[in-house]
Amino acid sequence: MPDAVEKEKLIGIIEALIFASEKPLTEDEIKRIVPDVSPREIRGALSDLRKIYDESSGGIFVVEVAGGYQFRTRSEFSEYIKLMLEEKPKRLSRAALETLAIIAYRQPVVRSDIERIRGVDSGGVVKILLERNLIRILGKKDVPGKPLLYGTTKDFLETFGLKDLKSLPTIREMGALFSEGDIEEQKTLFTTNDKNKT
Amino acid sequence: MDEFLTDESTYRVRLPIFEGPLDLLLYLVKKNEYDIFDIPIAEITRQYMDHIEIMKVLNLDIAGEYLVMAATLAHIKSRMLLPPDRAEDQEQEELDPRMELALKLAEYERFKDAARQLDEFDILLRDVFLRGGRMVLETEDEKLTDLTLFELVAALQKVLLAAPKETIHQISIGELTIQERMVELSQMILERGEMVFEDLFLEEPSRMAIVLTFLALLELIKDRVVRIYQAQPFGTIRLFRAVTEDA
Repeated sequence: MPDAVEKEKLIGIIEALIFASEKPLTEDEIKRIVPDVSPREIRGALSDLRKIYDESSGGIFVVEVAGGYQFRTRSEFSEYIKLMLEEKPKRLSRAALETLAIIAYRQPVVRSDIERIRGVDSGGVVKILLERNLIRILGKKDVPGKPLLYGTTKDFLETFGLKDLKSLPTIREMGALFSEGDIEEQKTLFTTNDKNKT
Repeated sequence: MDEFLTDESTYRVRLPIFEGPLDLLLYLVKKNEYDIFDIPIAEITRQYMDHIEIMKVLNLDIAGEYLVMAATLAHIKSRMLLPPDRAEDQEQEELDPRMELALKLAEYERFKDAARQLDEFDILLRDVFLRGGRMVLETEDEKLTDLTLFELVAALQKVLLAAPKETIHQISIGELTIQERMVELSQMILERGEMVFEDLFLEEPSRMAIVLTFLALLELIKDRVVRIYQAQPFGTIRLFRAVTEDA
């Protein structure tokens, strides 16, 4: 393959594309627009571009998020941006974050599982998360009552600046005191108890 | 209840907002530096019930889950006092009666930690922002929708968070009248026709007064004197004078 696009120029093209893109720009899209370069060259240029921004003391940086690349302002300047934007930032309540964490790590998950872990009714929070498009309905669980299964959305990844679900931080595992089997056994115990309650 | 009536019928109130019975229990475990898997049940039950009593005294609507947990704690306590029942399944008997609860607490704690970690991320539109334009596109016109009690409580939490923290108030029973606050509030809203939720709390220096105002507001909504709307989740909550059915 002829070396049609120089490296410097490729970095410039990609920078312009990311800037003008409405959504996080994917490597596939870059490949579609500049077909003559190899995926490896694209990845190299992206990495160089990120380095340029990381090493400068500018106000923006390139983030790999939800499967693509995007410019974002650095968090240290958030106060200034809030002064400029008249709208108050949308905050997530503790209940919403807890519920979101459970859904993110346990998806696909039904509401009763969320409520078993949190110990409180979570219908209202789930509704808010659905409205904010941070979670979505993945389908129905094939058990009596056909409860809805929930999972996170692409907006969730974008909101938290995550490349994919695998880049969620690993959560502390239960004490080594119990084998996974014990925990599973306890879980079934809880479920049957819950059923007896209602 | 009696142990709360200290000198001259005053209360000492210190009430963080809990997400539920597990959150409250976990708070007590941490505060006392207990091991989740070796909780002194009698002591934690006493402290748990203390909190429930405070919530009752405040006339807060205690979610059923809190009472179920109280019953669970009492049950565990009684099981710990009983000698092991030989007749029952041997394997079951070997389990510490506290184990179920301990595992629940451990699991809840994991996700509470996970939630805290998520909160520390650079969150879009809170810590990091995108190029303009898009944000403008997303600011929709205010479309008024009914809101749930949960959203109202979330708004209360915001107000409480802004209030001075961890203050201890001495309040005599005589001052605890929601009735009076209801009259004040309804007059304010009737006169102005429309109010923003946060403005209700402008003059409230104490958490206790905020809670009182909030409870009064709930009563007014229940009595259909006031209606509340919100343009979008977590947006501004507006209060309106409710139009009577026959008007």
